[in-house]
Amino acid sequence: MNIDYTKELALVEGNPRLADIDEIITRPLTQPPTRKYYIALSISSTALLIGAYSLWLTLYYGIGMWGNNIPVGWAFDITNFVFWIGIGHAGTLISAILFLLRQRWRTGIARFAEGMTIFAVMTAGIFPVIHTGRPWLAGYLIPYPNQHLLWPNFVSPLLWDVFAVSTYFTVSLMFWYMGLIPDFAILRDQTVNKIKKTIYSFFSLGWRHSNRHWRHYEKTYMIMAGLATPLVLSVHTIVSFDFAVSLIPGWHTTIFPPYFVAGAIYSGFAMVMTVLILVRKVFDMENIITLNHLERMAKVMLLTGSLVAYSYLMEFFIAWYSQIPAEQYDFWARVVGPYRWAWYFMISCNALIPQLIWFKKIRRSVTVLFIISICANIGMWFERFVIIVQSLSRDYLPSSWHMFTPTLVDFGVLTGSFGLFFTLVLLFAKTMPVISIVETKSVLEGAQPTVHGGSDHE
Amino acid sequence: MSENKNLNSVAALFDTPNKIINAAKKVKEAGYTKFDVNTPYPVHGMDKAMGLGQSKIGYVTLFFGFAGAIFIFLFMGWTMAINYPYIVGGKPLFPFQAFIPITFEVTVLCGSIATVVGMLAVFFNLPFLNHPIHDSNYIKEVSIDKFGVVIEAQDPIFERDKVTEFLKSLGGEKIEYINEPEKEEFKILQPKFILFLVVVAALTSFGTFITLNKLMYVVPFNWMDNQRKSNPQSETNFFYDGYAMRTPVVGTVAKEFMPYPYQGQAQPEVPLANPTLPTEQLLKMGQEKFLTFCSPCHGNYAQGVSRLKGQFPPGPTLHSAKIIGYSDGMIYNIITNGQNAMPSYAYQIPREQRWAIIDYIRVLQRAQNPNPSDFQAIKELNKESGKNAVN
Repeated sequence: MNIDYTKELALVEGNPRLADIDEIITRPLTQPPTRKYYIALSISSTALLIGAYSLWLTLYYGIGMWGNNIPVGWAFDITNFVFWIGIGHAGTLISAILFLLRQRWRTGIARFAEGMTIFAVMTAGIFPVIHTGRPWLAGYLIPYPNQHLLWPNFVSPLLWDVFAVSTYFTVSLMFWYMGLIPDFAILRDQTVNKIKKTIYSFFSLGWRHSNRHWRHYEKTYMIMAGLATPLVLSVHTIVSFDFAVSLIPGWHTTIFPPYFVAGAIYSGFAMVMTVLILVRKVFDMENIITLNHLERMAKVMLLTGSLVAYSYLMEFFIAWYSQIPAEQYDFWARVVGPYRWAWYFMISCNALIPQLIWFKKIRRSVTVLFIISICANIGMWFERFVIIVQSLSRDYLPSSWHMFTPTLVDFGVLTGSFGLFFTLVLLFAKTMPVISIVETKSVLEGAQPTVHGGSDHE
Repeated sequence: MSENKNLNSVAALFDTPNKIINAAKKVKEAGYTKFDVNTPYPVHGMDKAMGLGQSKIGYVTLFFGFAGAIFIFLFMGWTMAINYPYIVGGKPLFPFQAFIPITFEVTVLCGSIATVVGMLAVFFNLPFLNHPIHDSNYIKEVSIDKFGVVIEAQDPIFERDKVTEFLKSLGGEKIEYINEPEKEEFKILQPKFILFLVVVAALTSFGTFITLNKLMYVVPFNWMDNQRKSNPQSETNFFYDGYAMRTPVVGTVAKEFMPYPYQGQAQPEVPLANPTLPTEQLLKMGQEKFLTFCSPCHGNYAQGVSRLKGQFPPGPTLHSAKIIGYSDGMIYNIITNGQNAMPSYAYQIPREQRWAIIDYIRVLQRAQNPNPSDFQAIKELNKESGKNAVN
């Protein structure tokens, strides 16, 4: 239990050889799926089918199938959108920001977190499209010279969102694929299966581990990290503009961008933690995704969770300080109003429970961390629910106040979003190396030379 | 050169990162230029050992990032301020502050796409699946845990035996001679390829057919368009004659509409009085309508010179004493009811326009038979304008 935090903790435990790394990481790809895997896949694909049916009902009969009604025009749809976009933020944070900060422990979790980013953004991308009611007209969001001689409104934060989310998806996908190319080349060189070999050859593009390539590759990785770092901060900032630029009480605040970014990282790390705890157990990767990794992620959750808690308090302070009755009422209604249960959920899951991570015993207990991460996921969904539904249901005119009641279809679409995400995660875990083989090898003990190429240490 | 003409390169494997760094340094010092080091992961210090400088890929990012930023910023300004100027939310036509988020996103997008695609396609020349090194034992070991040096036969100082000895002296193991791959020839007319073409053709045709004939006509929730009611011009089983559109009961009069009292009569008992004043605006309208509806038969100046060149019986001149003597109400009656070969124009020319035409006909008649005082008036007009209007 006595850990010396002044020294860098081992990134990979058990002193494996280079060849063992290949064996551990590619094992899920070479072995047939187990019974547990099929059970997990059937649960997630059932959820996906429920979502698909709910989505079909939505598209066939229109969004009257949802509980949305004036004044609550945004409800589950945008809540889910912000929730999933937030989940996506951890991946790029781990792969870009932690890379720039030279946090070498990121290697064990970066690939998986990046994959989760892509799946989360894919899931999130569905919601703004379907919530327009006529998704087949979504093409008009793209500025192309059309027959109507119309351009999108570049002044609207909703259009900024289109650019932010699509850029984020493209850059994350390229970042992810770029990291996968050398790993695909390793798989290509090791497999004996002809079909697999063809597929791996196709995706590895004929990579040959050449140092004349590595030197550009490493530079490009750094540049991509440099580009992705402000990008990941900008995406949730722009998402928060959707709210902050409007005039609804509870939305129209300048604290939203940092508050949303902190919340996004918090929820993203929570989801990465939830999934990785399962993955390291199921695929026997405890030596690569070590307890030290989980502890470090828990610390990031503690930091961002505390930032979120600070934002909650600051919102109340600003509401009082602003002297605007509507704003003050809105925040008072969060505590005592009809949606107070959602607010209590949010406060306890996001502000109080993560404070347990201060205790070393708790943050080194996998079971407790798993429960905390689940709580954080639930809490962050409710945070968006409180911001969106609670604020809309209590706007300036008391005569227009109205409660929001979700329908079965609302819950079906929510279930389906989890189904899509976890189905993609499961397929990913079984078809691609979930940990970067190359990066893990490069941080092994003794992997780097003690003599140097010519001059000083770089 | 060696006896093997197909030799591409000689490869050797090393066990540890330290050995490979030394080997790379020695190969470089021996004067070889066309050599490469293959490692399962980037080995620190290798760039220096191989004598490689800094990667220049950053300039690609810089250029395309800036290009994207400038393009999208100007593009947004052009759409909002020039191509379709439109004020939104009380903001100016060129609200550059609001363009910053998208400019930033597009900078990142262009910069990162250009960097990754440029690196893979231009710097590395990938995909390169038939490189001779592929499928060799060498690359299989290198991709797991060995480190390799490869010296290409293209190198100016390459000699097979010398290179082999050299690599062995550095501590290299498992020396491998990598040959150029045999040229594969693909016959175009082999059954597999033809089958492939047929399948592609069938799928493309089927896809195109479905898209153009079915998909394009799918209308999602169209019950606002297709309501259970009869539309104008449509059929119905409800009425005996099958027309969904009903005609009004005989004698129905539209609200606030006074029917023409002499409908169908050749000679009105008391002709209507002209309700209009011949203003310039009205005469202009009369001229326009006269040229549209009357001039084809009566001629541009109502002289009875048809523009139809004998394809239809010409209308009479409107400058005869009989017609000059007609009252305005009588001419109105003729336009409304028609006369001899002339059909009724009641449905084509609204009432006010009929009166305007009559006013214009009076102008034409006056122009053909002017009073002496008219010349005097024209002369005075000419004096004012300095022109000679009557030639």
